[in-house]
Formats: sequence, C-alpha cells, structure tokens
Amino acid sequence: MADESAIQSIVTPVRMEYTFTPGAASQRFLLGLAAGKLMGQRCPECRKVYVPPRGACPRCGVATRDEVEVADRGTVTTFCIVRVPSENIDLELPYTAAQILLDGADIPFFALIQECPWDQVRMGMRVEAVWRPEAEWGPTFENIRHFRPTGEPDVPFERFQQHL
Amino acid sequence: MASQNSPKYNRQVAVIAYAQTPYVRSERRRNEVEMLMPVIAEAVEKSGLPRQEIGFTCSGSSDYIAGQAFSFVGAVDALGAWPPIRESHVEMDGAWALYEAWIKIQTGEVDSALCFCFGRSSMGDPAETMILQLDPYTLAPLGPDAISLAALQARALLDSGRYTSVDLAEVAARSRRNARSNPDAQLVGDLAGEDLLDEPYLVSPLHRYDCPPISDGAAAIVIAAAEVARRVCSRPIWIRGIDHRIEPHQPGARDLTRSPSTRLAAEKAGASDGRIDVAELHAPFTPQELILRDELRLAGDVRINPSGGALAANPLMVAGLARIGEATREIAAGRAQRALAHATSGPCLQQNLVCVLEAD
Amino acid sequence: MTDANAAGEILTAQHVMEYPYRRSLGPVLSAFFTGLRDRTILGARTRDGRVLVPPAEYDPETGEATGDLVEVGPAGTVTSWAWVHEPRDVHPLDRPFAFALVRLDGADSALLHTVVVDDKAGMRTGMRVEPRWRDETEGRIQDIECFVPEAGVA
Ligand SMILES: [Zn+2]
Repeated sequence: MADESAIQSIVTPVRMEYTFTPGAASQRFLLGLAAGKLMGQRCPECRKVYVPPRGACPRCGVATRDEVEVADRGTVTTFCIVRVPSENIDLELPYTAAQILLDGADIPFFALIQECPWDQVRMGMRVEAVWRPEAEWGPTFENIRHFRPTGEPDVPFERFQQHL
Repeated sequence: MASQNSPKYNRQVAVIAYAQTPYVRSERRRNEVEMLMPVIAEAVEKSGLPRQEIGFTCSGSSDYIAGQAFSFVGAVDALGAWPPIRESHVEMDGAWALYEAWIKIQTGEVDSALCFCFGRSSMGDPAETMILQLDPYTLAPLGPDAISLAALQARALLDSGRYTSVDLAEVAARSRRNARSNPDAQLVGDLAGEDLLDEPYLVSPLHRYDCPPISDGAAAIVIAAAEVARRVCSRPIWIRGIDHRIEPHQPGARDLTRSPSTRLAAEKAGASDGRIDVAELHAPFTPQELILRDELRLAGDVRINPSGGALAANPLMVAGLARIGEATREIAAGRAQRALAHATSGPCLQQNLVCVLEAD
Repeated sequence: MTDANAAGEILTAQHVMEYPYRRSLGPVLSAFFTGLRDRTILGARTRDGRVLVPPAEYDPETGEATGDLVEVGPAGTVTSWAWVHEPRDVHPLDRPFAFALVRLDGADSALLHTVVVDDKAGMRTGMRVEPRWRDETEGRIQDIECFVPEAGVA
C-alpha cells in the first residue's frame, strides 16, 4: 500500500563562491575595455587575431602575445531571435543576439543588436558598438551597451564565410 | 622474476615525457589555458613525438574547482587541436586520465597519448569544494568538508593504537623536509616532528601541519607503446602495472584505518613482483600515508615521497598524476630502478590507483 | 594602465555558483527520509543479515539488492569523531561541535552526523549518543539537529 504522504524528493541546493582572476590575456582585454578599446591577440603562426583573446591560438596551440587593437564595428556573421525571457537580460522580447566579426578580427564574438527591428537583422549587416558614457567605463564588457546598424552596405557572404 | 600474479598486458607501455608547473598557493596571473600551454609544450617536446602524431589526448580536471561548467572544453585551446584530435576527459585526477589513455593503447587503437590535468583550487575553498563529491542525500547537506572527514579517519587510526600523534607529525615533518630538494614544491620546511605537537588543532585530531596546502598547478605526461617509445626515447620508463579499485562511498560503511582497495590495486599491478626503491603516495593528510604504507607493505628502506608528496603541494586533480610524474623523475635521475606511484580519489581514500614503474 | 598591470594589480571578480537541485529518492531513500520526518531511523538489511544505515539500495560488498528496512537506534555509539573548533558557514551548527560516525543500536555501519557537547573534553570514542530532533521535521538528514549524549548515561 503506497504511503500517499511519503517523501518522494528532497531539495539539496548547492552554493559555491569563487574569486576569479582573469589570467593575462583576458586581463589585458578587460583593461583595454576600461580604456574604450577592443584589444585582441595575434597568433604568431597562423596570424589569426582572436577577440576576446584567451592567450592561445586553439588551432596552433601556441601562446598569442602580439596585442592588436581591432575596430568597434564589424559584420554580423550569424544571429538568432530570442523569444524566451532570461533573468539576466532586461530587454523587450523578442531581441536579436548575433555573432559579430569585428574589423581586424578573425573570430566573431557574441553581442546583442538593438536600435533595429528584430526582423531586419541579417547576415552580412554592418554594425557598430554603442558605448556607455565614458564616466561609467570599467574593465567589463558592459561598457558596450549593444551594437546597432551603421547603415553601410552589407558585406557579401563570400567575404566572411571563412569566419563562421 | 615475475610471480604468477604478474599482470599480463597486450602491450608494454612507457612514460616518455613528464612536465609540471611549479606549484603555488595562488596562480593569479594566468588562466587555465595559459598555465597549461607551457607544460603541454614541454611534455610534447621532451617526448620527441610531433604533436600531430600523438594518437590520443585525455585530461583530468573538475568543473567545481574551475567554478565553470564544461571548463575542460576551454582547456583544449592549449592543445592546438587541429586537425581535430581524438580527445577525452575525466572529471577526476589526471592519474585516471592516464589510466584511460593506457587502456586506449592496450586496445591497439592508438600507440601514444598525451594526458594533462590542471586545477586552480585557490579560486574557491577546496575543503568545501570537495563536499560536492559526497552523497548528496545523506552526507553533503551536513557540510562535512575534506579536513573534517580526514580528521574522522585520523581519529579512527589513532584509536586503533597502531600510530600516535607523533607518528603523524613525523610524516608532516619528513614531507616538508623532502620538499626542500623539489624546486616545484610549495610548502617546504625544516621542523622536528615533536616541535609540531604544540601547534593548535585545525579540526582535532588534525593540526594544520597534518593537512595539505591549497595549491594551483598543472601537469602533463606522454606515454607510448613499446615500438614508439623505443623509437623516440632513449630511456623509456615502463609502466609494469597499473590498476585502480574503489570502496563503498559511505565513510561509516568502511574501516577507515584500512585501505583494501589500495592493497588489491597494488597486487593487481604487480607491486610485489620486485624490489620497490621509491614510493610516491598521494596522501594529502598525514594519517593517510601511514594507512597506505601498511597496505602496500613497503619495506623500511623504501624512500617515501622524496618529492614531498601532497603535503608539500596539493593541486586538486593534479596531485595524483604528479605522484606518477615524480616517480618517473626519480627513475630518470637514476635514484631508483623501480618505483610505485599511488593516486587517490574520493573521501578518506575511497578510491585508489597504483602504478608500478621501472627503468629500461 | 598596462604599467599598473605589470606592477601587479590583478583584476578579480566574485562569482557565485548555485544549483537548486531537487532530487528524486527511489523507494529506499524515500522510506528513509519519510522515517526521519516521522522521527524514526531506518536501515536496510542485507541478504547476510547486516543492517546498513543510511540504507543503501544494494549491498556494497556483494552488489545484491538489500531487503527489508528495519528501525534502528535511535541511540548509538560513536565510532570516530572530529572536533570542529571553528565551524564554517557550510556546517549545520554555528558553535564548536563534532562530526562523528555513530553506529546506531541494531546497525552494522555507522551514520555520519554531528554531536553537540559543551566542549571537546566531552567527546570520546565509544560514547553513547541519541538524536535531538528538530521541532519541525520535513524529511531530510537535517531533521536530526545533532546527536547529544544519551540521557541517563554518565
Ligand atoms: Zn594559430
């Protein structure tokens, strides 16, 4: 005879606290952001530029040390329309999240697109960073509110297909 | 002279290179990838094998230590994994990554393997991080941290009458003394065992000196089957046997003063088939070394932990593979012909791996 | 900026990782935790007659399924203990206490829990203890607030 009131599950929350340090490459990137710059690193072997840099070229497995400043504008390589709410994101739904290949970089990175209706975002679209006021800058990605269209002509697919 | 217990393996496998970081209290300047790259590069270079020729890669690490889910995926950035490589990972100490790689070579699928491991334990509180390896229903909710569990084991050992607090202190003193000659060790000292007893308890009956330091670091090892090892390495160090065994998880279901899993793993690895010159034992807490020594029945003249052991540096997920690496260093330096290396996992020596290494 | 970096200023960020796990129990642990809610402690009997507490679904020595659940204790004997001089936030008590292995009467394995006494001098291996239940029990290991020396035992 089944006990209707039997305990069937228990809640066992886990909580851990960490003090992160970013490591050398990410630290330089974050300090660059605090100065309003996007700093990448170039692989000494294959010459690719990584933004944000992790200190290594994942293809060659060698340290990346050359610092390279890249532009705060670039090209949407791919994107998605987000229709589910998230605790960490305070935006009107739906919104667009995109991979953006900054001018001078070889890998795209993730950012939000605003100031553009979600159904008009497209691959190849040119976008630029919208920075917060300089007085609010710190060593964080949050210095960049989002990206918005520049109005430049779209980049043909052939020119960024190697960077998807 | 091999006894009937001597393990029979399809292939003879050797360690052909080992590298590790110096172990430090806190690696704040480098992330995991930056910490790993020079170590992997050094091991690969020493191996004499071109990176692209190494057949398999296996890593050991823990997301709970990194504070990041799937953190091991990012570590692949340190490898130069292009064209795509055969890769695997264990959420365990690197010694178990080595075991997986050794099995992979035994299957005949690959002839060589790179294993690496890393841990920046200092970003969190390692004694509390280790609570997450415990049964989440009846153990973890009570918060028994790693030091408290080791203290339960220590009390059981002292109660057994086999050892006294002085014996524990002597293990601590000898470990830190040995560490003086290890440039990679972190906690180095010159204390007489009896001076230590006046120090305050951390979790009684353990003093702070009975416990390992918090350490950050990384290590990498390259192994190869005989035909490859002979070709690229002038002095391969043979893995004569390797085995690991596990006991029940609940500390109250075991005799904490014994380690039958260590005894059995050593037997299966053929530890007693010849004289052992050096034993590197992964015993983060002083009573654990005494328990392991008894189970392994090491002769009185066996040098124990010339590296200083985990009491001199305890990078979580690395300290076990480091025992194997340090044992190969003793052999490579000509200070040992045959060595036993041990790694542990789980609370109170729950799981144990024994590896028998021998000079060419 | 980069000079400050070279001089040793390292950025740090506080990071909290939380998982709000809810775990299903299965028949054996369901009975164990339901028992705790009702202020009883259950063990599992193995085929060769040993009683495991906390109960396991399988005998760790043979791999065979365990059989009946039997009530044990509630009093028992401390088989090992560790005195926590400075409790951590993760610990269930905020005053010095002992983690202990307690072999409950009728059990063959020991339960890990806590023992509260005035100070370390009050602890010894072999001492008799009994559970102190929380006022509100809800079916979790913390329903036993701690173990305390058994009433009426010197
Ligand atoms: Zn490259």
